[in-house]
Amino acid sequence: MSTNQLIVKNLVYGGFGPVSFGLHAGDCIGIFGESGCGKTRLLRSIVDLDPHQGTVFLNDKDALSMPAPLWRRRVAFLPSESQWWCDRVAGHFALPPEENEFSSLGLKPEILKAEVSHLSSGEKQRLALLRALINYPSVLLLDEVTAHLDSERAQLTERKIAELQSQQNLAVVWVSHNLEQLNRVCSRILYMEQGGTIVKEEIIK
Amino acid sequence: MIISLSWIDILLAALPLLILIALLAYMRLGVSRQLLTGALRTLVQLSLVGAVLTAVFENENPLWTIGFSMVMICAGTYEVTRRQNRKFLAGWSAALSLIGLLSAAVLSTGYALMVVLDVDPWWKPQYAIPLLGMILGNTMNGVSLGLNTLTNGVWQQRAVIENRLALGQSAQESVRDIKRDCLRNALTPIMNSLAVCGVVSLPGMMTGQILAGNDPQVAARYQMMIMYLIGTGCAAGCLVTVSLASHRLFDKRDRLRLDRLVLK
Repeated sequence: MSTNQLIVKNLVYGGFGPVSFGLHAGDCIGIFGESGCGKTRLLRSIVDLDPHQGTVFLNDKDALSMPAPLWRRRVAFLPSESQWWCDRVAGHFALPPEENEFSSLGLKPEILKAEVSHLSSGEKQRLALLRALINYPSVLLLDEVTAHLDSERAQLTERKIAELQSQQNLAVVWVSHNLEQLNRVCSRILYMEQGGTIVKEEIIK
Repeated sequence: MIISLSWIDILLAALPLLILIALLAYMRLGVSRQLLTGALRTLVQLSLVGAVLTAVFENENPLWTIGFSMVMICAGTYEVTRRQNRKFLAGWSAALSLIGLLSAAVLSTGYALMVVLDVDPWWKPQYAIPLLGMILGNTMNGVSLGLNTLTNGVWQQRAVIENRLALGQSAQESVRDIKRDCLRNALTPIMNSLAVCGVVSLPGMMTGQILAGNDPQVAARYQMMIMYLIGTGCAAGCLVTVSLASHRLFDKRDRLRLDRLVLK
């Protein structure tokens, strides 16, 4: 097994970058920067939603070596605003998650039968995480994923992701402008400046 | 024999409309100018087409028929493209609608001439041109609606589409719901006509045949054929244009490429 699970090499996207970093399985890296500096665009390029130059490897395999939908199931991206297209929650889940998956995020399994329009933004955010996990990704790209949660629910989500790191060896790229949170959850933080250049790397633990 | 219409009769027919246009202008309701332009266009276009068709019918030549058909198809393409709120860059809107209209013309008109009516020769202008005209007119509306619904829908729902892509759906899976809306929108007018024709509305072609002194039963059978052909042309044209357009909205890596669209 290779030592690095996710490798981002000289990624240049829409005038931003180049950005390079590596990430071990089970590790969590934070990306901190002001809004508009290209954090979201970086995640979108890694998951191959935006055209870009440079390469992204997962276990030594180039993203371009597999069809994009397959890549996006292995490298899952959670946008800051989750989107819903069916009337009910269940329509977005090919397979219903296990009961303990719901409770670990402070949700009840009955929420599957709920109408999406009745959900709070916090419930949507946590359901979006469950929805992304259905594909058993190796990497999770999180974009301001606790922005709509109160501190208690945010901690539940943080704990859930830490559990996924240790139990399923999930690698996590966590984009946030909440430095306190990144200090809690990450082992390293990359500081990004306007234009998408990484100016500092800080080892946390 | 049908009562022939002189230019004075045409003027008489236009008179009530002209009075209404004058009234609308007086009331400052704003549509009078457009109505007047439309009425004038009808006069000029139909006079011209009458003259050209006389020439085409007199020299029976497949090149004339095909040439005239191509002019109709190109005019339809122009009209579809003109009606789009958002256009594809680099002439793709015109190309996509041209392919749609062409496939409707070949499939539906070609089939009618060669199989249903078995006209000899198959390109005989008295049959080919009126049939093509009716099929194209309806297909054009369908294609225009379908393409517009697709580009507007994708533009408005881009966040949803990209979230679906992020979850590992393929490009076509991610726009399946929008494509369904497109086809429903595009085919609603023809579905409505199929459902009410003869009851609420008496179709123009059937009226024309009856006015020309034909047996209403023959006219009814012609109308049935025409309705089925219009349905075929419309569905085929929309399917072709909407499918190709939905592929053009994504690239080889299943990325949504809204940079290929431009607001009119």
